[in-house]
Amino acid sequence: MNKRFSIGSISLVLMLVVILFTGCKGGKKAQQEDITVAIRDKEEILQDIKQAEKIFQALPSPLESAMLIKSAGARFEEKLLNPVSNVNNYVTNKAMAINLGIYTCDLSFASLYEQTQLLIDYMNAAKKMADGLGILKAIEQEDIDRLEENINNSDVIMDIVSQTFMNSNSYLEDNGQPATAAMVLVGGWIEGLYISTQLIDMKDFNGNKLVGRIIDQKLSIDILLNLLASSKGNPAVDALMAQVGKLKTVFDKIKINTSRISTEFDETSKTTVLKSEIKTDMTPEVFLELSKTVMEIRNSFVI
Amino acid sequence: MRQVRTLLITAIFVIAQNGYINAQCKAFATRDCLPELASYTHDGNYHAAILVEGEEAELYKTFYSDMEYRVAIVGDEKLPAVEFRILDANKNVLYSNKENNFSKTWDFKLQASQQLKLVVRVSSFNKAGEMPASGCVAIMFGFKLKK
Repeated sequence: MNKRFSIGSISLVLMLVVILFTGCKGGKKAQQEDITVAIRDKEEILQDIKQAEKIFQALPSPLESAMLIKSAGARFEEKLLNPVSNVNNYVTNKAMAINLGIYTCDLSFASLYEQTQLLIDYMNAAKKMADGLGILKAIEQEDIDRLEENINNSDVIMDIVSQTFMNSNSYLEDNGQPATAAMVLVGGWIEGLYISTQLIDMKDFNGNKLVGRIIDQKLSIDILLNLLASSKGNPAVDALMAQVGKLKTVFDKIKINTSRISTEFDETSKTTVLKSEIKTDMTPEVFLELSKTVMEIRNSFVI
Repeated sequence: MRQVRTLLITAIFVIAQNGYINAQCKAFATRDCLPELASYTHDGNYHAAILVEGEEAELYKTFYSDMEYRVAIVGDEKLPAVEFRILDANKNVLYSNKENNFSKTWDFKLQASQQLKLVVRVSSFNKAGEMPASGCVAIMFGFKLKK
């Protein structure tokens, strides 16, 4: 059962109970009947709760995707980003949502490589997408001013990037636009995968850390499909599901075997280490097929 | 006719109330959950919902071997304790905050990237005859590069 429906029905029952209490003309007996109604309703509500289940499908955010690329030792290539000059091409809700995710990934990538002017340009492009989607206060001029003032402070920059992205997706989630929120996340995830696959030099395929990070994305493909499936029936989402379905077909050719996880607490860092071994297998042919499929999807997003 | 009007007013009230509550939830997440991430960089994702006592929520996420993570799960003060468990793909429980004094955070790192499942449950006050308590529960992730 949908969580929103569950809360809605609880609120409806609450309101009806209030109306019953305030609107009844009866005396003591009538009040007793009303209380019985309220108690019975609680049982119904608890039954409703047992059936209700909120499921979150959490894709890596654009900031996390960019961080994964950098941590794999990849170089920065501006030509891989979606040019900010494309910003006026996006006029539909779907195009603006997907490119909000793409530009947020690009600006995260630029920020991690200290490309200061690019960062500001991409923040403005993301702002234009968020404004176009009617997302209030997602990225404000003061955020851009703060970026400029702290252009050499990477911690502040990452905080601003993370906060503006949360402003967008929380606004969409809280205002009943989960399909748009999902499209933003899909745009960011595909952009991260596109940049990663384009940065692979086939001469340096074996043992490349970035190839490992690309293989890891197989772990998120079902999360992505489940996220989109929660808005199935929306024509834009259905089209995206078909595209992502093609990507899943390629990811299914990659083998990942993981051993059982054991936990060990590291007293020094006060952190739990999840210990396990992983064996993966992706041939260069499968990688090239994956890279081509990602490029086709990404190109359909940015034109 | 009067009943229809009452139902219509109720529906408008419910929609307005839900919109208001959701907006409150984002403010709660920013004010009460985000600071729990402390030195970890918030990933920017937003996961929050109004939960009622006894209710469960689940979250699926891939975690990467290059990172150190902190998960922070905070419930509204009107709610009883919020329990959370982290499970692997084979449903083995890797962590339960119930065994750690209902801690709001858990720090971890991975030798190999994994998809994990979080199960969040609002415990119950067990007060018979009263409306169940409800409030916002926020889940946030912070990360930093593994040293």
